[in-house]
Amino acid sequence: MLTPDLPPEDPWITRLDKALRDRLSTSARTWLDEALTEATSHAAAAAAPATDTEAPAPARRSPSPAAPPVWEPRFASAGRHCLRSEPPHHADPEAAEAARVLILCAARADGATVARLYEHGTAAERRAVLLALPHLPLHTGGTTGTDDRPGLPLIEDALRTNDTRLVAAAVGPYAARHLDAHAWRHAVLKCLFTGVSVDAVAGLAERSRGDAELARMLGDYARERTSAGRPVPEDLPRVLVLTQQSPLSADATAGPSSSEEA
Amino acid sequence: MRIFDPHIHMTSRTTDDYEAMYAAGVRALVEPAFWLGQPRTSPASFFDYFDSLLGWEPFRAAQHGIAHHCTIALNPKEANDPRCTPVLDALPRYLVKDSVVAVGEIGYDSMTPAEDTALAAQLQLASDHGLPALVHTPHRDKAAGLKRTLDVLRESDLPPDRVVLDHLNETTVGDATDSGCWLGFSIYPDTKMDPERMVRILRVHGTERVLVNSAADWGRSDPLKTLHVGEAMIAAGFSDDDVDQVLWRNPVAFYGQSGRLSLDIADPGALHEGNSILRGGE
Repeated sequence: MLTPDLPPEDPWITRLDKALRDRLSTSARTWLDEALTEATSHAAAAAAPATDTEAPAPARRSPSPAAPPVWEPRFASAGRHCLRSEPPHHADPEAAEAARVLILCAARADGATVARLYEHGTAAERRAVLLALPHLPLHTGGTTGTDDRPGLPLIEDALRTNDTRLVAAAVGPYAARHLDAHAWRHAVLKCLFTGVSVDAVAGLAERSRGDAELARMLGDYARERTSAGRPVPEDLPRVLVLTQQSPLSADATAGPSSSEEA
Repeated sequence: MRIFDPHIHMTSRTTDDYEAMYAAGVRALVEPAFWLGQPRTSPASFFDYFDSLLGWEPFRAAQHGIAHHCTIALNPKEANDPRCTPVLDALPRYLVKDSVVAVGEIGYDSMTPAEDTALAAQLQLASDHGLPALVHTPHRDKAAGLKRTLDVLRESDLPPDRVVLDHLNETTVGDATDSGCWLGFSIYPDTKMDPERMVRILRVHGTERVLVNSAADWGRSDPLKTLHVGEAMIAAGFSDDDVDQVLWRNPVAFYGQSGRLSLDIADPGALHEGNSILRGGE
């Protein structure tokens, strides 16, 4: 086994791996083992010293759409392999999503890789990329898009869609950490508009606290709904209450920090 | 009556259509990649279209309780435009996707050398990816087009039971049946087939290997034509089981050959509060 300087296992990934295996059929667990082995080998080869005297591993070729690393077709096909353990072994989209997140983590997907997978991905693949962002070493490869926040263009793309599956996956911890105040407020409002539960919004209490501008936007939206004789989203008053909490510190609503650690 | 429309272009249809289709009994459909009416001028335009067939349109369908799958291909008409043919090189990355259940629509439009090349290449892609193929038969010079299609199919690696020949009518159903391929019939208000003629063909050829679709798109067409065929079959004395075979079990069997057909309809709202497995990891 190649032993490059990979970081210690994230305990979240360990728990996720166990929770997923408990749910999968035997054949699906075998498939997952193979997929994770391929992804781990790819990450190890990519992290190995460049002066390696042996023939370069296939996984070290620069990825291209024509010849993607061998684990990428696994990432694409997870939905038809991750079947429930109990008969009649129906497809299990939640399990497929968890498997895709694990594959991305095992492959230590960098910024360029997640951008490519998102761009070429189905909605299910895009969700997995968005959900995995906080757990990936995005800066280890070439990055695309926004300076020190390579995942941000993907979050912004997802928030522009009207696909609530993508909106819900976009407002996780990566968005909480990196979206600026204006974009984050619009993300919260979009959840209310499209029926995405604000339970999906990471850091909601922390970022809403003392946010007078968000409070104004929520109030205007509630008035617009009321004047049209339509119900106000039930999550709206909940967020409004959060905005009325006193700020914990001066920078509570100041936007993204520069920290990249999960 | 449960209905699987094996060929319909929902990209061109409204939410009213989705509601009417659900009310009529449609619970599953396949949307083949095809021409959009307005010619495309670059591969990127195809990629956005394919992304829609793999993302946005299944989302719309799920909101109306309908399972959405698609077929992916460079269509015969645009196979003649050299600005579009580089799409062929990018197809493998789409053909691995979970909701792609066939390569299609492929086949002939004007029967040109460029169409020969695209058809043969895409039949090979279907074989390489373990997928069946949806083969469009041409609207003009249909009988000659079918013969040429069957010649290319015989030279391909794809066995006939993994091919559906679509847009058949009285003049082509005989040769198509003899080929061993599945038989697709598109029911239209003015052109192609109509429900009464479809019933006459079913009486002669039986219900085996027959797929009936609305092929509804951006032209004058009707997404409820599948229902109308079911009603016409009952009126003509076919049993409920015959109707179920034609309108549900046959398309399930044909596209099921991909190993990717998933007829559970995921509620988009179920993912709004996160994934219970992922939450368990937190």
